[in-house]
Amino acid sequence: MNKEEYKKMVEKHTPKEPRLRNMGVAFLVGGFIGFIGEFLIFILTESFGMSQTIAGIWACLIVIGVASLLTAFGFFDNWVNKCKCGLIIPTTGFAHSVTSSALDYKKDGLITGLGSNFFKLAGSVILYGVISAFILVIVRVVIGG
Amino acid sequence: MNFLLAFLFAGFACALAQVILDNTKLTPGHITSLYTAAGAFLSFLGIYDNLIAKFGAGATTLISNFGHMLYSAALQGYNEEGVLGIFTNMLTKSSAAITGAIVFAFLISLVFKPKD
Repeated sequence: MNKEEYKKMVEKHTPKEPRLRNMGVAFLVGGFIGFIGEFLIFILTESFGMSQTIAGIWACLIVIGVASLLTAFGFFDNWVNKCKCGLIIPTTGFAHSVTSSALDYKKDGLITGLGSNFFKLAGSVILYGVISAFILVIVRVVIGG
Repeated sequence: MNFLLAFLFAGFACALAQVILDNTKLTPGHITSLYTAAGAFLSFLGIYDNLIAKFGAGATTLISNFGHMLYSAALQGYNEEGVLGIFTNMLTKSSAAITGAIVFAFLISLVFKPKD
């Protein structure tokens, strides 16, 4: 068997990712989280008389707290495997990555394990977020005078 | 109607991310960083405020909102205090999200054991 044939055989037997289904699931799950966020803001503004901004912050905190709890209970890892971007792209992904690395490295100690690995995954989001915001503000200032 | 718009926009953003994930070699880590930077860029173009006005939580629950908060807070800081304001104001708006994630994750990791 030469290399070409082998390559073909590998391709034939590699399980195909159901891309269309993945996309549909991500759409539904991500949309559902957006809906929950909107629903929380609705409840908080209507029942607690909060302003839109304050309610938005509370909604964000509630979503983060619930996502952390679900991660700790062990549900979230399975769900992320199934729903992928539906859960990674909303704020839940941020909370999940922080909580799961905190849990995973806890056994190595509070400082050397939990502390130094806390932002392992979320670190890149904060880093590149701050850097891009910084550069864009500079660009804006230079262009806008 | 607000609920439907929030659902559609958040769903669209996640579906787009899924398409990128399935068709390129980028990992979820790449995509979340990309979305954050994209949020800052949309904010730079003045689009993100309109998205929030139209889609509400559909736009604010996404990770790209993080980039938007960073950019708008830094710009606000510059307008108020000059260059120093960029440094002192950068994290003000996103403080709730970061502090919330840190506090919840820490407390929870003290109480729970990892499931494997």
